[in-house]
Amino acid sequence: MTDLTSMTIAEARQGLASKSFTALELTEAHLAAIEAARMLNAYVLPTPDRAREMAKDADAKIAKGEGGPLAGIPLGIKDLFATRDIRTTACSKILGNFIPPYESTVTSQLWRDGAVLLGKLNNDEFAMGSSNETSCFGPVTNPWRRGGSNTALVPGGSSGGSASAVAALLCMGATATDTGGSIRQPAAFTATVGIKPTYGRCSRWGIVAFASSLDQAGPIARSTRDAAILMRSMAGHDPKDTTSVDIAVPDYEAAIGKSVKGMKIGIPKEYRLDGMPAEIEKLWSQGAEWLKAAGAELVEVSLPHTKYALPAYYIVAPAEASSNLARYDGVRYGLREPGKNIIEMYENSRAEGFGDEVRRRVMIGTYVLSAGYYDAYYLRAQKVRTLIKKDFEDCFAKGVHAILTPATPSAAFGVGEKGADPVEMYLNDIFTVTVNMAGLPGIAVPSGMDAQGLPLGLQLIGRPFDEETLFSLGAVIEQAAGHFTPPKWW
Amino acid sequence: MNASAAPHKLIKGATGDWEVVIGLEVHAQVTSNSKLFSGASTAFGGDPNSHVSLVDAAMPGMLPVINAACVRQAVRTGLGLNAKINLRSVFDRKNYFYPDSPQGYQISQYKSPIVGEGEVVLELDGGRSVTVGIERLHLEQDAGKLLHDQSPTMSYVDLNRCGVALMEIVSKPDIRDAEQAKAYVTKLRSILRYLGTCDGDMEKGSLRADVNVSVRKPGGPLGTRCEIKNMNSVNFIGQAIEYEARRQIEIIEDGGVIDQETRLFDPNKGETRSMRSKEEAHDYRYFPDPDLLPLEFSQAFVDELKADLPELPDQKKSRFITGFGLSSYDASVLVAERESADFYETVLSGLADKARDGKLAANWVINELFGRLNKESRDIAASPVSAEQLGAIVGLIGEGTISGKIAKDLFEIVWQEGGDPRALVEARGMKQVTDLGAIEKVVDDIIATNPDKVAQAKAKPQLVSWFVGQVMKSSGGKANPQAVNDLLKSKLGI
Repeated sequence: MTDLTSMTIAEARQGLASKSFTALELTEAHLAAIEAARMLNAYVLPTPDRAREMAKDADAKIAKGEGGPLAGIPLGIKDLFATRDIRTTACSKILGNFIPPYESTVTSQLWRDGAVLLGKLNNDEFAMGSSNETSCFGPVTNPWRRGGSNTALVPGGSSGGSASAVAALLCMGATATDTGGSIRQPAAFTATVGIKPTYGRCSRWGIVAFASSLDQAGPIARSTRDAAILMRSMAGHDPKDTTSVDIAVPDYEAAIGKSVKGMKIGIPKEYRLDGMPAEIEKLWSQGAEWLKAAGAELVEVSLPHTKYALPAYYIVAPAEASSNLARYDGVRYGLREPGKNIIEMYENSRAEGFGDEVRRRVMIGTYVLSAGYYDAYYLRAQKVRTLIKKDFEDCFAKGVHAILTPATPSAAFGVGEKGADPVEMYLNDIFTVTVNMAGLPGIAVPSGMDAQGLPLGLQLIGRPFDEETLFSLGAVIEQAAGHFTPPKWW
Repeated sequence: MNASAAPHKLIKGATGDWEVVIGLEVHAQVTSNSKLFSGASTAFGGDPNSHVSLVDAAMPGMLPVINAACVRQAVRTGLGLNAKINLRSVFDRKNYFYPDSPQGYQISQYKSPIVGEGEVVLELDGGRSVTVGIERLHLEQDAGKLLHDQSPTMSYVDLNRCGVALMEIVSKPDIRDAEQAKAYVTKLRSILRYLGTCDGDMEKGSLRADVNVSVRKPGGPLGTRCEIKNMNSVNFIGQAIEYEARRQIEIIEDGGVIDQETRLFDPNKGETRSMRSKEEAHDYRYFPDPDLLPLEFSQAFVDELKADLPELPDQKKSRFITGFGLSSYDASVLVAERESADFYETVLSGLADKARDGKLAANWVINELFGRLNKESRDIAASPVSAEQLGAIVGLIGEGTISGKIAKDLFEIVWQEGGDPRALVEARGMKQVTDLGAIEKVVDDIIATNPDKVAQAKAKPQLVSWFVGQVMKSSGGKANPQAVNDLLKSKLGI
């Protein structure tokens, strides 16, 4: 059955249509793979019963010729998405055994189109982290290892479970969310494709909020085509999320293989960091060469406010998070630690329920919004955000179609390697946060290996709601770089 | 503002006169079917937690969606207050922990409210009027309700009211005494009720006020203010201001200083007492709610709402004065409550000659009907005499079918027994006698049997009223008094 798990969604779609195998067989193969890969800790809650039920339903629909675009495709769902009647925790103790009586808009669209839920995937607690080490269920292990080493590496974060599961063939694709790089960084660490769509492209309804003005859902998959297929189902306007945008969802898959001839690709000089590993530098140049070879034109561009993006992000995101997480108070659902009065109950519940990183960000956020500090921190960060957005607008106004950058400043690192200094961890997001601050779409595509045999990715940043161009360009890089699969050792 | 120029009450202290400076923040519950950011019902009196959506309960991943009906109500209210409507406003989060606020923040409007400056004109006793400036009006969520009496060890929370839309209407500190403050709340309530944007039911908490009070020497710099929270009765507002002003004056005159603080009014003791000091005040960490885009609408949207506004108390009052010759006082009494004005207008609609009988109708509504209702502590909605019936009675007087005196008897019959006044007059022979022949006979009889009175009346014409009385008495009140008067004068040669 291993063959069934190594297919792409596009291939599985073909096989299901031609009755080469059933949706139930496809699902069983994945359930077995999940069982065999427990040590990766990618899933926090496999849902085999639900999966079989949905797969049977898909088979019945396919038989009647009523299968939707994702009929029978088994997927993993980040535990940040509310799934009706299935425990949803954001990988935080504070949500305890919370079982939502509702389904997030994005996942309900996937089920509408026939996809099968394999289970809930691990992530950093409340999506706060870049290594998936802050999860209350423990860290996720990257299926990739350094050549000749048994050291467990992180899959990146916060969508570490999603990236790890997709790379290790534990699902055909996964939902993820990206607030500062949480889709693209783990995709780059695991040689998967991850796209963070334009802010407003996917509904946020039913996704546990981290930072509302930055959060956006997107897929992680094993090819640009698969990511495009998933995006089409996930995207769309939702009246329940007033920040979602009412623009028709295009057929993203049609963008795969489309010529990129004549497209202007910006290379931002500010992304050339001091002390950047030569491998990253080389990868970047290689990516540019591939695009040039495909007929694109390369131009150097300037995004002058880039250096302020990370500090500004680490004000805006915690500020919103401090308020978004106020609802976890032990009163209505989730963990409650008794106290002698209401204040003590709040304090005990939140102290017990939140991990260190979440508490750190709640405190930072509370501080930057406080009377007397608001103007110096929050307001200034918002001004920086406006300038960052304008940098991109100026760039696109000059005819640039997309911008090429490295996805991460390094390859995956070891579990526990970067725990001591939070700022060192935050630096992982250096190439990705600008995109969230500007609300733009960004895609990470596997592009090569470092000297230790670990995958590296490149990022393409697009114009608002022009995900199609990213898919076209991403497919060119993918074509040139080839596919990367980790050797199975687990 | 006119307010400072208008005559108002000063308070005598040991060191001379003191002026009170008052500003109010009124929280008015928006009349709407569903809540400000969720589809849950706003109906009053449901079982605890029966009107709570996932959004109201702040479940993970839930998002607010603005209720357009509440936006329309806020804009209409702004127009009714002659205020500037802001085509772009912003919702902010006011962060604080309390179990009646599941989100951990209240969605409100901080820096950019939906409505800007406006004004309300108050009419006070003696025909004085005062204009009170409106600083702003903004939309925000109401909180839930804590129940402390359900368990010995726990408090319960009812989220039915949580998320219901409130309009916070902030006045400028233009109010100078308790009477003006009471008149302000009364007038504001009346405008809201005319607009149908708030039911104004203070007992149910649909309208509550926070009252800011400070004192100063007349014309001097503003003093430190104290805020009296959550007042839900016009009379208590008056009492609280009186008490609080005197408390502050005493402290200052004793050499003390006023601490800026939040206070509560205890209606049983008639006192205000400290709730929390400025130091204990929350830091609400306001910031724009990232779940909601700025609220934007066009001038055309505003214009459309403006065109559909009902007639408001001030406009109605001037129409009553010019159209029906009502006194300013009578017109004010009638327009104060939308129900009374509507009642009066229904009475009018039953009249053949509104211009002639409008004033008479006003007298009947105010003196006879309201007087009687007051005496029996009844609400106008529970009046035994309907507006249609009263209209018929007034019409009968106006056309000369019955006299005013008979009308009072008729009113009493309708009050007690009901029925169609016109039919009652017919059936019970209450018609006024306008047949000159019949009246003349009675007049002649009385003149013939009272020669001494005739002589006296010739010398002193005012005594004709004695004859009128006699004629009316012997006609059972049915003779037309004007006809009797005219006839007597000609017969007596006076």
